[in-house]
Order: sequence, then C-alpha cells, then structure tokens
Amino acid sequence: MNRQRAVAFYISISPWLIGFLFLTIGPMLLSLYASFTDWDLLTAPVWNGGNNYIQMLDDPSFHQALKVTALYTLVYVPFDLIGGLLLAMLVQAKLRGISVFRTIIYLPTVFSGVAFVVVWIWMLNPRGGLINLLLAAVGIQGPRWLQDPSLALWSLVLMSFWGWGRSMVIFLAGLLTIPSVLYEAAAIDGAGSWKRFWKITLPLLTPTIFFNLVLSIIMTFQTFTSAFIATDGGPLDSTLFLVLYIYREAFQFFNMGYASALAWVLFIIIMILTLLLFRSQRFWVFYLGEERE
Amino acid sequence: MNQETNFEPSILKLRGRRKWLRYGLLIVTAMLFLAPVFWMISSSLKPEYQIFATPPVWWPSPPRWANYTEALTTLPFGRFAVNTLIIAIGTVIGHVLSCSIVAYGFARLEAPGKGFLFILLLSTIMLPYPVTMVPLYIIFSRIGWVNNFLPLIVPAFLGNAFYIFLLRQAFKQIPAELEDAAHMDGANFLQILFYVILPISTPALATVAIFSFQAAWNDFLAPLIFLHDQSKYTLQLGLSFFRGSYQINWAYIMATSLVITLPVILVFFLFQKAFIEGIGYTGTKL
Repeated sequence: MNRQRAVAFYISISPWLIGFLFLTIGPMLLSLYASFTDWDLLTAPVWNGGNNYIQMLDDPSFHQALKVTALYTLVYVPFDLIGGLLLAMLVQAKLRGISVFRTIIYLPTVFSGVAFVVVWIWMLNPRGGLINLLLAAVGIQGPRWLQDPSLALWSLVLMSFWGWGRSMVIFLAGLLTIPSVLYEAAAIDGAGSWKRFWKITLPLLTPTIFFNLVLSIIMTFQTFTSAFIATDGGPLDSTLFLVLYIYREAFQFFNMGYASALAWVLFIIIMILTLLLFRSQRFWVFYLGEERE
Repeated sequence: MNQETNFEPSILKLRGRRKWLRYGLLIVTAMLFLAPVFWMISSSLKPEYQIFATPPVWWPSPPRWANYTEALTTLPFGRFAVNTLIIAIGTVIGHVLSCSIVAYGFARLEAPGKGFLFILLLSTIMLPYPVTMVPLYIIFSRIGWVNNFLPLIVPAFLGNAFYIFLLRQAFKQIPAELEDAAHMDGANFLQILFYVILPISTPALATVAIFSFQAAWNDFLAPLIFLHDQSKYTLQLGLSFFRGSYQINWAYIMATSLVITLPVILVFFLFQKAFIEGIGYTGTKL
C-alpha cells in the first residue's frame, strides 16, 4: 500500500518533474556551460575559460545596467509597498459602494505590460500628453519625462503607481485577517488611531509585507517591457535594465556566451537577495499565535 | 471574502464627517486611477488634427469611430488575435491539467523525498524567466521550435510552480473522508482527482485558469524571443511593432491598446471575485 502510494505520488508529480529537469535545471546547466564560451549559435561554442566574467568587470554597460536595476529597485519597492498599503487602508472601510472603488483601483493591473506602457508613453508625451496638459493648465511647463536622461528612470517609477492595485489586494487580504478584538481592546485602553496603526496593524501585517516585498523585488529585477518599449534603454543608457542588456546581448548581437554569463549573475543576485530576505524574517516578521523570542 | 464578516474591525465603520471625508478621498483616488483610461478613450476617438491641438481637446465631438476600424486593419490584428487565442487557450488547458495532477500529489500522496521536492517546487517560484530564456532559446532553436507557438504552449503542460502551490492549498482543505469511499471502491488517484476533487474545487481551478489566461494573453518577452514572422505575432507584439513604426498616430495606438485589453477586462469583470480573492488568499502565507 505504501509503495503503491509512493509510486502514485511520483506519477502525479511527473509533469512538473519533467518540466523541472528539461525547462529549469537542464537549461540552467546549459547556460552555465555557455557562460564559459563564445557562442553565436551559428558555429560551435568555443571555450574561453572565465573570459566572459572577466569582461564584465570592465564593461561600462554592465555596470550601468547593475546601477539602473539597483536604483530602480531601491525606489520602486518602497513606493509600491507604501502605496499599496495606503490604498488598502483606504478601501478597507466598510462603506456602501466600496467594492466599486476597489475594482477601479485594481483594474489597471489587467492591462498588459505593453498596453500599460504605451498608455503612459502617451500620458507623459511632452506634447499632447495629459500630464503636461494638466501642468500647463496650472501654469507649469512640464518636463520631457521619458526623453530626459535625468528623469526617464523616475518616469518609469512614477507610472508604476497605476499598478498599485496588485499590492493593494494582497494588503487588503492581510488587513482583513486582523481580529477586531485587538482594536476594540486597544480602543478601550485609550490608544488613538496612530498608535493602533503602529502597535497592531503594522506588526500583524508583517507576513503580508514580507510577501509583497519578495514579490516586488523579484518583479523589479525582471523589468524589461517598460524599458524596451518606452525608452529602449535610453536616453543615454539611463534605463538600461539588466534584463534588457541580457536580451540585447543574446538576441540582437547573438553573444549567447556573454548573455548566459550575465543571466547567471542575475540569478545569483536574486538568489542572495531571496536568501537574505527569508533569513531576515525571524527578526521582523511576526505571525499571530507565535511567541516572540 | 468571508473573513470580512468574521473579523470586520469595528472601528472601520465610519460615521458622520469622517465618512464623508473618506468618500472624498476615495473619489479623488478613483479619478486618479481612471484618468489614463479617460485619456485613452478620448484620444482614441480624436481625428488626427485634434491630438496635438492647442487649446487641448478634452473630449472630441463628434467622436471619430473610424479610428478603430482603421487602426485594426493597418496591421493584420485579426491574425494576431487568432494567434494569441491559440496560445492562451493552449496555455490554460495545459496549466489546469498539469497543475491539478501535480497539486494532488503534493496535497494527498505520501512518498520519500516529498518534502524536499516540495521545497524545490517552492524555490522555483522565485526563478524569473529572464534567467532561463537564453538557454531555452538555444534548446528550442536546436529542435526547430523557433517561430512556432510550441515553446509558448508546451511548457504549460509541464506545470507552473505558483499554480501548483495555489491548487495544493485548495486541495488540502478538502476533508479526506470524501475520498475514503472512492478508495474503498478501488479507484486510482486519477479517478479520485477527476471525479471527487476537481468537481468541488472549481473556485481554485477558475483562479488558476484566469491567472494563466491573463498571463498568456499579456505575455511579451517570450513571444518577442520566439516569434519572428509577422504572421505569427501575438497582439502584444503587434501593438509594440505598431507603436515602433515611423508614423505614430496616437489615436490608432490608443484604440488598439483598448481593443486588445478588452478580453482581459471582460474576463476580469466576469470573474472579479475569483480574481481578487485568488490573489488575496495566496498572499497571506509564504
């Protein structure tokens, strides 16, 4: 009976296991090998030792890509978390018609990366775009947003507010699991709403914050569509994200070896970040019903 | 959201001035989120000379509906729609089938090595596509799958870590007694899955199907890498190509963006509850 169940288990998970071998581990090993070669896919790969990795050390584009990705992550992640949390607290109230507001805020997240970005290119267009028209209406000469090297990256952060609905629904689900007795008890003890937020809402929300944090960081490290469509990495490489750089090396210049090495660096960065995040959990993430050490 | 009735924090029942203040805030926020949609629709209905007009035209009158037909025939968007539909439907079928079978194994069956494999499964949720896209391209180009829908559909039949996790959570909540009778009758796990588990798991299955559909419909990077001929393009590739062409007519671009988003918006409104709850209930524990 036990053996039968074990066999059944392995049969049932076999689709995923096959996928894991041929679409994850196999490709990862192939790209590890490729990262030590020069390979244009037309001719056979040529082993070059660690040349690709050494080349990275002196590659200004790679340094720029790292800088852009890190900078964007540092600004986007808090922006996304705080925005999502504020929205969740706003639409948490039990009011007539509240679900309409929730729907309106969540709706933009169903737009594809391409449509989302295309809309915002038009919104931020220096001429005829809604943002600069509204600025002009109050007497401000709007900037050139995506065409300005010092503003392009921040324009991408700015437009991302339209996708706050995603983190909002997750925060909302988290907020709704906080038992009301806690608030009632605190209110009886005379705690004001500011204190209740810091002493009850925020600590009990740490698992949700953690989940959103992980999701948000993984997403920023994959940023591609907005940079590819809105700015194509420019102007002056100011939005050259790491994934965009990998894409160019692989599919525009067919430097499969160098692109693989870059992808491995991306992988290692994400691994280390996730590991650190999960390790950090015990210092600040607090599950209800658990004793704090 | 049944928690809402159980845990509804009483403080949140706003009254009097605070209630109207909250409504005011909600309306301002809603306007902020609707502004791009308004501008999209308004721009999509303008004749070309009104797009950059000063003073700006907030709402065109009369609206120029011909923009829609012209925009969608400038490029073969009908063809793109068919391509996208083939890929999206194939992907949804693949994910629902494979993920429910795998999820059942992780939820109900026991075997040595299961714990380790489950951690392996969870860790692949964190693995972003850009990391494997280069070797996948090398592999699929070797077996002649480039410029073909197969690299976009076949992987769906081999599961997806996130959807497997989601379904496993749902299956775990089903009382085991329901399956006992089927066990007695000597049913195998596939029969139990298809006749006992799946019929009562439709909310979770719907969530996976919706997520999978939305992701496939909106995907850009994978089609960009694998589909090269215009006749194979998806809607997203078509829109990207359209906007990159020399003569940008913003009315056309906005019209196209709206039309290609419409199916997802429709699915969203039809299954809104599953949509928002699905995201919610995956998001509370990790």
